[in-house]
Order: sequence, then structure tokens, then C-alpha cells
Amino acid sequence: MGTTASQLGKDSLSEYQELTFLTKQEILLAHKRFTELQNRDERNHLNATRVPMEKILTLPELKSNPFRKRICHVFSTSEAKDGSLTFEDFLDLLSAFSDSATLEIKSHYAFRIFDFDDDGTLDCGDLEKLVNCLTGETDDTRLTSEEMRQLISNILEESDIDKDGTVNLSEFQHVISRSPDFVSSFKIVL
Amino acid sequence: MSMRVRRTPAVQQPQTSSRDSVHTPTGTKDGIIHPELKEISTEDRPDYLVGLGLGCFERNKEELASDLRGLSVSEGMRKLRAMPLSLVDKMKIRRRCFSPSAVKSLNRNFPCFNLPLVYISRMWRHSTFNALPFLSTLKLWHSSMKKLSGRYGTGVLSYFLFLRTLLFINLLLFFITCLFLVIPQAIHPPPMDSRLNSVTAIELLTGTGYLSQSLMFYGYYSNVTIETNQMSSHIAVTHMVPYCIPTAYFLTITVSFFITCIILVYSMSKSFGKSFQVLKSNRNLSENIFCSWDFKVSKKPSIRLQCEKISTQLKEQLSELTSREEEMSLMQRFGNLIVHVLAWITCLASILLSAMGVYFLSKHTVISEFKNLDLLITSAVVSGFNLLLPGIFNLCSWFEKHSSPSTRVYVSVFRNLLLKISLIGVLCYHWLGKIAVKQDRQVLECWENFVGQELYRLLLIDFIFTVLYTFLGEFIWRCFSKKVLKKNRKPVFDIARNVLELIYGQTLTWLGVLFSPLLPAVQIAKLFVLFYMKKSSLKLNCQASKKPWRATQMTTLFITLLWFPSFLGAAVCVVYTVWMIKPSSGCGPFRNLTSMFESGKLWAERMKDSHKILSWLIRAYNTVIDNPLFLFLPTCVFLLVIYFHAQIVDGQRKIIRRLEKQIENEVKDKKFLITQLQHWNEENKTDSTQR
Repeated sequence: MGTTASQLGKDSLSEYQELTFLTKQEILLAHKRFTELQNRDERNHLNATRVPMEKILTLPELKSNPFRKRICHVFSTSEAKDGSLTFEDFLDLLSAFSDSATLEIKSHYAFRIFDFDDDGTLDCGDLEKLVNCLTGETDDTRLTSEEMRQLISNILEESDIDKDGTVNLSEFQHVISRSPDFVSSFKIVL
Repeated sequence: MSMRVRRTPAVQQPQTSSRDSVHTPTGTKDGIIHPELKEISTEDRPDYLVGLGLGCFERNKEELASDLRGLSVSEGMRKLRAMPLSLVDKMKIRRRCFSPSAVKSLNRNFPCFNLPLVYISRMWRHSTFNALPFLSTLKLWHSSMKKLSGRYGTGVLSYFLFLRTLLFINLLLFFITCLFLVIPQAIHPPPMDSRLNSVTAIELLTGTGYLSQSLMFYGYYSNVTIETNQMSSHIAVTHMVPYCIPTAYFLTITVSFFITCIILVYSMSKSFGKSFQVLKSNRNLSENIFCSWDFKVSKKPSIRLQCEKISTQLKEQLSELTSREEEMSLMQRFGNLIVHVLAWITCLASILLSAMGVYFLSKHTVISEFKNLDLLITSAVVSGFNLLLPGIFNLCSWFEKHSSPSTRVYVSVFRNLLLKISLIGVLCYHWLGKIAVKQDRQVLECWENFVGQELYRLLLIDFIFTVLYTFLGEFIWRCFSKKVLKKNRKPVFDIARNVLELIYGQTLTWLGVLFSPLLPAVQIAKLFVLFYMKKSSLKLNCQASKKPWRATQMTTLFITLLWFPSFLGAAVCVVYTVWMIKPSSGCGPFRNLTSMFESGKLWAERMKDSHKILSWLIRAYNTVIDNPLFLFLPTCVFLLVIYFHAQIVDGQRKIIRRLEKQIENEVKDKKFLITQLQHWNEENKTDSTQR
């Protein structure tokens, strides 16, 4: 594992390369950016320390993204559910958002990100929060409650195949598979 | 070993066996019980962990590990990588399934005599593995494109990607012509009688004077076979390596067109495959919600713009859905029709007038022997029409009411395309139909040179006009709208129009390669400068469009347009020229032949005598390709294959619909059975309490 101050061991580098969709260049860049976020004294123990969510959210790629908090929560493996990330969680994040990740991985994580209450399905509350994130915070772009209601009922009519009132992962993936633009838009590059 | 997993709270229930169905009826909503059935089946789907809210139990991890152990190391690694588990879990599974020695020494089982090969292959794999990321960052304009996509989104990015693709196609073309044509001729320059030694700026623009007697244009190339002398080392024997320039010219053009054709067809089929949807249904709304957020965009104002774009699109679609219920009155429909007809008449009339204007002007140019800057008038007029008329089309389309935004884009693309096709068509007809056939010695001694120069001028003037329009036009419009209209609204970067400009320039290049082998170099320089110019103009003057832009389908459309009117049209013109038109007898490599194609035939004759393989090839060509029956059969086969595939797609659509219906019915059945079960349970309970 990471031994010297700011260097990745060759073993762990090749292991990361095999298990994620990132190239060696991307892993090294991620390492550099991650160590910049850590405190000085934590930099020796790469995998033991977690960077709190507030620091992760200072990254320019995530700073203004309306889904930034959900992204941190989904990829975080902390027991306290505070959205803090270790280096390996960070690599997971970048791998899911990378160029070569498969459609299944991307759609899986997209589903988890959009599932605001973490119950495994997208119900009306989740969809409403999702639409509000998409349309922004200003008053003139928000949908009225009437439009929201109509929109959600249309979405459920279109994508809820088993008519249980929620969109589960398979139905979500079914919708995603028809959109050729999804793979190119679900990308974050450092 | 407790695994650190990303648990979703819903599946925190104890499990008896992995094949149980666990139903937990949740609270009643509207009086109906919605049971949530979570079947955890460990069948052969390797992504069975994906199908639920992720409860990763020990049992499942064991089965996953045993699954992976059965596969080879690389297969297993690939499968493990594609699973949506956390990196920590993946590393643990990896250690469990594959012993570290097995992973490291993948090659240890090879027998001894293979060892050097093993080392070489391992070294090769390592070096390519390490070199690939380096090579991908070497990709041209990689960081600029990333910044652009971060600020403006995927739509604008597709324009710049298209520009880069064209640059590479032109580089290939230039490389082939340079290597086989320009360099051999440059090493052995033909004797020219009156050589002008300097080139003035005007001549650079018009392509006349010094340039007309240079490598740039057709007229310079000689029709002789260059014999080079090579001394071999020990005996002073001259070794003749004949290089026949006319044959080289003919073959270079043919081969480069053939290669470009293959590249275009391949990229078109790849792009079409990406954008084709088996089920074209009206599920646009959910697709928009789930897939429209572009995560690459990172700047705050761009994110705000994206939110606005999505919000506008959603509101439009919702209002469309509600208004679909209200039928438009007859008067409104009639009014719409009138507006459409008027708009189309205006556009077609303007196209016709401009085409006629260009035709008469070009006729006039030849007759009255313009000199110097007057030669530029035709090109200036063509470029002027190319700039003005799309503005008129935009104005017309502003009045029209289209059923959807994508229809509007398609209509404007079609009109623009029609304009460019008619302008180029008129010019080609004039050159190939009139000038080449008439061959009036007094007027034009070398018509190919003239055509090459015209194309060179068109390309250059088009570039100059684009530069002027980009900087001055957009800048002036912004000042105008700020001061006079008092609105701080920047002009929108019109992606469709800019892409069509690129396609137009590329068509001119392809038409001109035959007459001016160095024209791809001009186009390369132009594209290079255009990239930086458009990038800076985008930052200064424009803003991203508020309308949604379906990037993949538009890219498919543009590559198809590059193939169908653009490349095929140029190829047809070139083939016609090579086959039918008599080359001028005073200049060029095909001086004394009846057609350029004849040089290929002469070469075939010569080769037949000297090389046996080539004679067999030529005989095969004469029987197979020249014979219409042999062309008819493969065409039939292709048509059958296409029909077969279309039927398969149709069948798949039907199957999908049936499966959806089936799922719905199954859920209804389950609901019914569960309500019955509960009903009987309650009855039993009341019975037992009563007893």
C-alpha cells in the first residue's frame, strides 16, 4: 500500500488498474488531487484516512453539480454515513464516471444517485427531488406543483412496467438503454 | 470477515435460504396493499447483485467467488471490474479467488522453448499498457475540448469533434498525395519555359502567376516517366527505377478516394449503430429526466444554463401533452399551412435566384478574361450567398410553427444543404459541362488549371469571409443588441450551420484534389485556424443554445451528410472527369491521351506483359467487375441481408411489447393472489377466535 509520503506503490497501482476502469495516468492524477485535499499529517496514511465531504465538494468538477452530495453519499463506505471518502472510494467514483465504464455500471450508480431516500426504488418523492435538482433553484425555472404532478404521473406511466408506482433498477436500466447520449453525459474527467 | 459494503437500508432482513421470496407488505396506499417482492435468486446472471437494493450477504459473496474461480484470470478480472461493488470488496474477492502468485505469474505455465516469446509478449504488453494513456493525452486538442465541454456541453463539443475528424481525413489525403505525387515531381521538376520567380500577395489569393506553374496545380505535372539512376555498391551499374507520373497521378487519386470512402462508410455505420433505437416510442419524457443531465459541465453559469434548458424543455413537452388534447381549429391549421408554403416559396426562390446569378457570373468570367482581383468576384459572390441566405432561412423559420424543435432543425439543415448543393452543382455543370467540353484554345489553354484555381479561390475566400463574419459580424451584433435593443443577449452558436459550412469546405477539397493536389494542405491549414478562431469567438461572443440538442443523432446525421451529398457528389464528378472528359493537350500529365482513365488502361497493358500476378488480377477485373451480371448478384445478396435484418428488428419490437404486457399481467396476478391470501388469513383468524 502507499508507503512513502506521496507515492503509490507499484503493486497497488496495478491492482487499481485491474479492478477499475481507470488508466494508470488517471489513477496517478486522482492520487495527486486526493492528496491535495488531505491534511498534511494525513498524507502518509493514504487508505486509513477519510476526507470529509465538505473538502471533497471543493473539487471544481463537483462544486456546482446539483447531485454532489448524493454522489458522495453513494460512493462513501463510511459507517457514519457522512459522505466522507477514502482514496479507494474516490477511485470508485472516478471509475464509474470514466470513459470506459460500462453502461451497466453507469446506470447502476445513476440509479443509486437518484434514489434520494435510499430505499432501492424511485418513488414519487425521489422523482420530485430529482426534477427539482434538474431544473435548478431559481423561481422561474422551477415547475409548478401542477406541472410536477403531471410530469411524475407521465414518467411513471412511461417507465413503470410492472405498475407498482415506483421505478426499480431494471425499469430504470430499460429506459437508459434507449438513450445513446447517456454514456457520454454521465462522465466526470479530472 | 465482515465486509464493508454500501448497504441500502431496505434489505436488512434475515435470510433463511438464498432462494426464498421474501414479501413484506408495506403500508397501504389508497387502500391497496403494494407488496414488495424481493426474490434473491442466485441464478447464472453474474450481476445478480445488481438486481436489488444491494444487500450483500456472506452467502452471495461466497457464490460469487466460486463463480469467478471457475474462469480464467483475465476473464475473471474483467467480470469483477464490471460489477458495481466497492473497490475494497473487489480487492477482497480478488484475494479470495485468485492467489497472488496465479495473478502475477500468468505465464509461468509455458514450456521452456516458448520463453523468449513469452518475455517478448510480456514486454510488449507492458509497453503498450504504459504507452496508451500517454498516447491518448497526445490526442489533438484534448484539453481544449475538455474545457469546451465543461462550459458549453455536449452539443457544441460535437461540432469540434467533427472538425477534428475532418482534419484527420484531410491529413490522410495529404499524406498520400504528398508521398506518391508531390515529392517525386518536386525532385524532378519539369522544364518550364517562362518561370516567374516571385509570388505576390494577389497571386497568392487568386492562384495565378507563379502558383499556376507550381506543384499546386495540375498543369505543372509532367507526362513523362521519370527514370532515376541508382548506383549499386560494388559495380557501377545504373539501375533504372522508372516512376511514371501520369500513372501515379491516376492511381493516387483513385486509391485516396477509395480509402476515404471506406473510412466514411465505417464511421457512418458505427455512428448509426450507436443512435439506432429498436423501440422508437414516445418515452421521451422519462428519457429526458433520467439522461439529460450532463455531468461534464462544471462551471456555475453553465450549470445554471443547463437547468434553464432542461426546465424549458420539460415545460414545452408538458404543454404539448396538454395541448394535444385540444385540437387546433381549422382556421389555425389553414393559417399555419399558408405560412409554411410562403416560407418554402421564399427559400426556394432565393436559392434559384442565387444559383442563376452564380451561373451567369461564372460564364461572364471566362468570356471577358478577368484579371487579378476581378477573378475573385465569383468566389466572393458565392461566399456572400452562403452567408446571407441562411440568415433569410432563419428568419422564415422564425415565423413558422413547427411540431417539434427537432423538426425545425431538420428543416433548416435541409434548406441550407439545398442552397449549397445548388451552388456547387451549378459551378460543376459550368466547369465540366461547358468549359471542359468546349476547350477553346484562345480563352483557356489549360482548363484543369482554371478549375483548380477556381476551387482554390472558393476555399480561400470562404475562409476569409468566415473569419470576417465570426469576428466582426458577431461582435457587431452583440454591440447592436446591447446598445440599440438594450438586451444583454449574446448570439447563439448555431451548430447546424457551422457543421454545414465544414461539410461545404470539405466538398470543395474533394472536388479539387484531382485538379490541385496540394489543396488538402490548404484545407488542413484552414481547419486548424478555424478551430482556434471558433473557440475564442465562442468564449467572447456567443452563448450556448437554449434548445436541446441530441448529440448522437445529430452526429449521425452530419456524418451521413458528409457521405451522401458531399463525398458521393465529389466522387461522381471526379469519376466523370476521369472517364469522359478529354484532358487538355497543352499541360498536365495526361496531355496526349483521350481520357485520364486511359493512362490506367495503358499501365495495365504494360504490367500485363511484365508481371504474371498482375495479369491475372487484370483478367479477374475484366471478367468480374466489368461484367454487369457479377455486380447484380452481390447487390441482390445485400438486399436480402438488409431485408432479413429489418424483419428481425421488427420481431424484436413485437417481443418487447409482449414482454412488457406479460410483466404487467404477472404483477396483477400477484396482487390478486396476495389480497386473496390475506383475505383468507383474516377469515381463518376470525373463525378461530369465534370458536
